[in-house]
Amino acid sequence: MRTLFKLTWVEIKLFIREPITVVFTLALPIIFLFVIVGVLGNTPEPNFRGVGPLDYYVPAYFGLVMTAIGVVALPVHLTAYRERGVLRRLRASSISVWSLLGSQLMVSFIIAIMGSILIMALGMLVYSLHLPQSPALLIPAFILGTISFASLGFFLGAVLPSTRSAQGLGLILFFVMFILGGAGPPSGVLTGVMRVTSDIIPLRYVIFMLQDPWLGFGWHVNASLIVAGITVAAALLAARFFRWE
Amino acid sequence: MTSIIAVRNLRKTYGRTVAVDDISFEVADGEIFGLLGPNGAGKTTTVECLQGLRHPDSGNVRVLGLDPRLEAQTLRRRIGSQLQESALPDRIKVWEALDLFASVTSNALDWPILLEQWGLVEKRKASFSSLSGGQRQRLFIALALVNNPELVFLDEMTTGLDPAARRVAWDLIRAIRDRGTTVVLVTHFMDEAENLCDRVAIVDRGKIVASDTPQGLITRHASEVRVIFTTEKTDLPWVEKISGVVRVTRKGPRVEVEGSGPVLALVAAALVEHGIVPSDLRVEQPTLKDVFLKLTGHTAGE
Repeated sequence: MRTLFKLTWVEIKLFIREPITVVFTLALPIIFLFVIVGVLGNTPEPNFRGVGPLDYYVPAYFGLVMTAIGVVALPVHLTAYRERGVLRRLRASSISVWSLLGSQLMVSFIIAIMGSILIMALGMLVYSLHLPQSPALLIPAFILGTISFASLGFFLGAVLPSTRSAQGLGLILFFVMFILGGAGPPSGVLTGVMRVTSDIIPLRYVIFMLQDPWLGFGWHVNASLIVAGITVAAALLAARFFRWE
Repeated sequence: MTSIIAVRNLRKTYGRTVAVDDISFEVADGEIFGLLGPNGAGKTTTVECLQGLRHPDSGNVRVLGLDPRLEAQTLRRRIGSQLQESALPDRIKVWEALDLFASVTSNALDWPILLEQWGLVEKRKASFSSLSGGQRQRLFIALALVNNPELVFLDEMTTGLDPAARRVAWDLIRAIRDRGTTVVLVTHFMDEAENLCDRVAIVDRGKIVASDTPQGLITRHASEVRVIFTTEKTDLPWVEKISGVVRVTRKGPRVEVEGSGPVLALVAAALVEHGIVPSDLRVEQPTLKDVFLKLTGHTAGE
């Protein structure tokens, strides 16, 4: 346990010292927020599930922070560790896979919380963001969403052969999920193949799961079941394919 | 002396390449045991099997009474490892790495002392990526020792160290041995094995070709000393007749006499008797290098 906490603390410091990751996971969603809400405002519209774009996008961007962690930051981090022999070094010093992935999960939570608080604070300070309607439902949705994307990150980090492939695939996945998964144009305006793609994007269900408690629509049972399924599958595959070197 | 490591008929292949071919040896409690051989001889693969980092194809391995295949995690907490190909995150600081690796056990060493011993005090807050090759190497040795191991594996530990740092490293490793830690040293440096190891196993092409104390190996496999002097006189047939002399070679004025036994005294006496009093008469003792050359037919490629 001591090693898990030490490793988590070291990893938090390493995250802060890595400007590219900080910009990508924390700053990018904030820039999107300013641009999109600056254009669209917060007047309720039917395309945005009947609420204002600001209230629609803030929980969606929580999901975007989780996506950045799960499809870019974690896979790149893990493949780089494997490629450079860091995992080998950790393993030889009897640091277990549970300490390793446990610390990454804890760091993912901390980044997701930091990013989300930042988005929320700016939404309230700069714009007229409404507070979440059901915080008690939002919290479990947030936890499940973060674990889900962290598992996806562990899976990608386990199967991708190199840092380069993780960067390439990660960025493609991030932008496809961002644009078609509900954090870009609302799903109501998507047609044809975009619509179909949108339906198979994990972020879409994480966003539903986060938006519903935020907007007072209750708990999105179907979305949460799909997200739980993705989580279990990704975690099992990650455990199956994890390699130290 | 009890055995800390017992290896029997260890074999490991990578595809069609046989890395380790039927190796057996034992390491006693409290000794510095060296695996000496050229790169690619199978030394690293052997110690990786002992640390549970690789799975042997066949053979029996016990380390600290444990099976590295089944009890790797327990084993790794009790051993220290300095690996050849490994790294730390670029932006981790020296003290953070030591503090982290000390946390795996409850009886870890006080790492500020290790910083001092391995000359890293000024680099305490430096990031890993800013360290020189030698500094990284010293940090890796310190990390191998920080969990206060009963047994430590050092794989090419002085690669990248300057000569002065090498000497310091040797002294520190002897001090670790004297405190009761067993050391397994993997090296391709002949002088390192000869100076530091209590016992040496010479590894070549995946096999152990000989194993003994450095002096024992020399006595058994390269007992001939070399007496060297220079003289302008050309006609020296009587030198070959001196008792114990095996070979005489001549390059210009330089004469090399190889032989065993008290050959230096006998050659010196004979020279004086024939009126030759060279001022540069000297003797070269055989070294592990000679043993290695004799046993393998090549050098370790230093």
